[in-house]
Amino acid sequence: MRARRASNILLMSGFHMSSSVPAAVEFCSVSRHFGPTNALVKAVNSVDLTVPEGAFFAMLGPSGSGKTTCLRLISGFEKPTAGNIRIFGRDVSDIPPNRRNVNTVFQDYALFPHMTVRDNVAYGLMVKGMDRRLRESKAEEMLSLVKLEGYGDRRPSQLSGGQRQRVALARALVNEPRVLLLDEPLGALDLKLREAMQDELKTLQARLGITFVFVTHDQSEALSMADSLAVFNNGKIAQIGTPSEIYAKPRTRFVADFVGSSNVLSPKTTRLFGGPNRWSSLRPEALRLTAPDNVTLSGTVTSQRYLGTGNRISIALHGTEVSALIPAGQPLPKTGHTVGLAFDPAALHIMEDEK
Amino acid sequence: MTAPAILHSRGLADWLTALFWRRPRVLLTILLAPPLLWLGVVYLGSLAALLLQSFYSIDEFSGVIKEEFTLKTYAELLRAQNLDIILRTLLMSTIVTLSCALIAFPIAYYAARFAKGRWKTVFYLGVMLPLWSSYLVKVYAWKLILAKEGIITWTADALHLSMVLNAILAIPGIGGNSLSTSWIGTFLVFVYIWLPYMILPMQAALERVPTSMLEASADLGASRSQTFRTVIFPLAMPGIIAGSIFTFSLTMGDYIIPQIVGTSARFIGLAVYQLQGTAGNIPLAAAFAVIPIVIMLLYLYLAKRQGAFDAL
Repeated sequence: MRARRASNILLMSGFHMSSSVPAAVEFCSVSRHFGPTNALVKAVNSVDLTVPEGAFFAMLGPSGSGKTTCLRLISGFEKPTAGNIRIFGRDVSDIPPNRRNVNTVFQDYALFPHMTVRDNVAYGLMVKGMDRRLRESKAEEMLSLVKLEGYGDRRPSQLSGGQRQRVALARALVNEPRVLLLDEPLGALDLKLREAMQDELKTLQARLGITFVFVTHDQSEALSMADSLAVFNNGKIAQIGTPSEIYAKPRTRFVADFVGSSNVLSPKTTRLFGGPNRWSSLRPEALRLTAPDNVTLSGTVTSQRYLGTGNRISIALHGTEVSALIPAGQPLPKTGHTVGLAFDPAALHIMEDEK
Repeated sequence: MTAPAILHSRGLADWLTALFWRRPRVLLTILLAPPLLWLGVVYLGSLAALLLQSFYSIDEFSGVIKEEFTLKTYAELLRAQNLDIILRTLLMSTIVTLSCALIAFPIAYYAARFAKGRWKTVFYLGVMLPLWSSYLVKVYAWKLILAKEGIITWTADALHLSMVLNAILAIPGIGGNSLSTSWIGTFLVFVYIWLPYMILPMQAALERVPTSMLEASADLGASRSQTFRTVIFPLAMPGIIAGSIFTFSLTMGDYIIPQIVGTSARFIGLAVYQLQGTAGNIPLAAAFAVIPIVIMLLYLYLAKRQGAFDAL
C-alpha cells in the first residue's frame, strides 16, 4: 500500500524528478496572457508539454491558437504570465534570449540585409568574439551543410526565397544549439520547394541529432515530418501524440476536423453507422462503395473531386454528408446516383467530446 | 440579348485611357514634364548660373563684374579672413549635426519602436509643431531665453548655480558676455531649429527595421549593445545620413541665426548675404555658395564608399 502510494507521488511529480535525463523542453502549466484585464487574451492557457531530446516535434494549429507564442516562450521573446519552462532541466524564467542555447529560424528569415551571406551565417560566432578566420571557415562549413557553397559573398537580396531560408537555417545552426526552433519556415515557399525542404530538414535533423521544434499550420507538413506533435486550439493543447495516433485517433472534434479530411459524425449519425450515441470520426479511405441494395447505409452521390491519386466522393445520407476516397482506377459512381456504403466497424473512432 | 464582349468607346476620356494603356510612356511624360522642367531649367539652371558666376571676377576699383573665366575669385577664398569663415562654418555644422544625431536617436528610436496610437500622434505633433511656426519668431524667442535677463540666467540665479553658468561663459572661444552673445548660444539655437529634420528621417529608417531582425540578433547570442552596433545602427544609417544632410547643409547655408544669436563672427551664409547685397561682389558670393555644395557631394561620396547606403 505504502509502496503504491509512493509510486503515485512519483508519477504525479514526474515533472520534477521522474527521469534522470531531462527533456529538451518542458512546460509546466505555462500561461501567457496579453492585454488589459478587461480584454484579456489568453494566448497560451496553462499548457503542459514535454519535448524529449532529439525529437522532431511539431506544434500544429490554426492561426491564433498559441503555437507561435509557445515557440517564442522557448526562445525567450515572451515571458510566461504563469508557470515555468525548463530547457534541459534548467528553469529559464530569468534567462534572456541571448543566453539560451536555443536558436530560431524566423518565419520571414530575418536575414541582415547589410551583411553578406557569410557574415549573416557567422553572426552568432562573431558576437561570441570568435576570430574572423575561424568563424568564416565555420560559416562556410554551415553553408555547405545547407548546400549553398560559393554563395558566401552574396547579399540576402540576391538570393531566392528557398536560398534565403537555407541561409537562415545555416545561421541558426552555426551556434550548435541544443534546440532549434522553426517558425513556419516553409510557409513562404512554393509547393515543390516546400516538399524538397521538408525532406532536407528531416535528413538534417536525423544527421545532427538536435531537437527540432517546428511550428506550422499545415497538417500534412506536421504529420509527415514530426515524430510527435501537439495540436493547439485556443491556447490549449487539444491533443499530443505521434502523427499516426493523431491521424487515426483524434481525441476531439476539433482535432479530427483540423488534422485530417476526416468525416466527423454527430452522435445521431454515429448511431446510424452502428456506433454509440457519441461524436465519432471516420476516415474517407475507410468507406467503400457497394451496390445500393441489401445494405443498411445508402446515400446519393452529390459531387466528386479528382485528386490525382484518387477521387473524393461526397454522399448525402439522412440529412448529413460524408465523403469517401476511391483509389484511382476503380469505377466511379455518377453524380445523383444512389450508392451503398460499407466499412470496417473498427474504423469508426469514438471521440471524447461531450454531446 | 447578351452584352457585347467589347464595350463601345464613349468619347475623349475613353480614347485617352486607351492611348495611355497602349503607350504608358505618354502618360509618364505628361506627368513628369512640369516637374522636370522646374527641376531641370529653373533649379539646375540657377545652380549652373551660380557656378558660372563663381568663375567671374570683380574689378576692385570700379566694382564691375568682369565676365571672363578666372580662378581668381576662388583664390580669394583662401585668404585668412575667408578661410576663417569657411572653417568656422564647417566646425559649427559638424558639431550641430553630431549633437542633433545624438539627441534625435533616442527620440526616433522610441517613436519607431514603442510609440503606438495616441503616443505616435503626440510624437509627430511634438516634432512637427515647431516647423509650422515662424522661424524668425523661434530664433528671437531663443534670443530672449538666452539673454542675460532671460529665463536661463534667472533659473541659474534662483538655484544658486550662477557660478556654473558663469564658468561656462568664461570658457574662451565658445563663451561670452551672455549665452545669447556666445558661440554656445548660436550652437544651441542651430540644434533646436534643425532637430526635426534629423528626427524624421531617422525615425523612418528605424521604422523599416523589422522587429524579427532584432530578435534574430538576440537569438544568435548578441547583447543589446552588440545588436545596436551591428544591426540597428547600420540599418538606421541611411536615415542618419539623410538627416545629417539636412542639418549639415542647413547650418552651412543659414545666415539669420548667427546674425541674431551669438558673436558677430561671420558664417558662410552671412558672408554670401553680405557679399551679394551691400558689397555687390556676386562672384565671391557665388564662390562661397559653391563650398557647401562641394562639401555635401564629398560627404555623400564618402558615405557611399563607407557603405552607408548598403541597407537601402
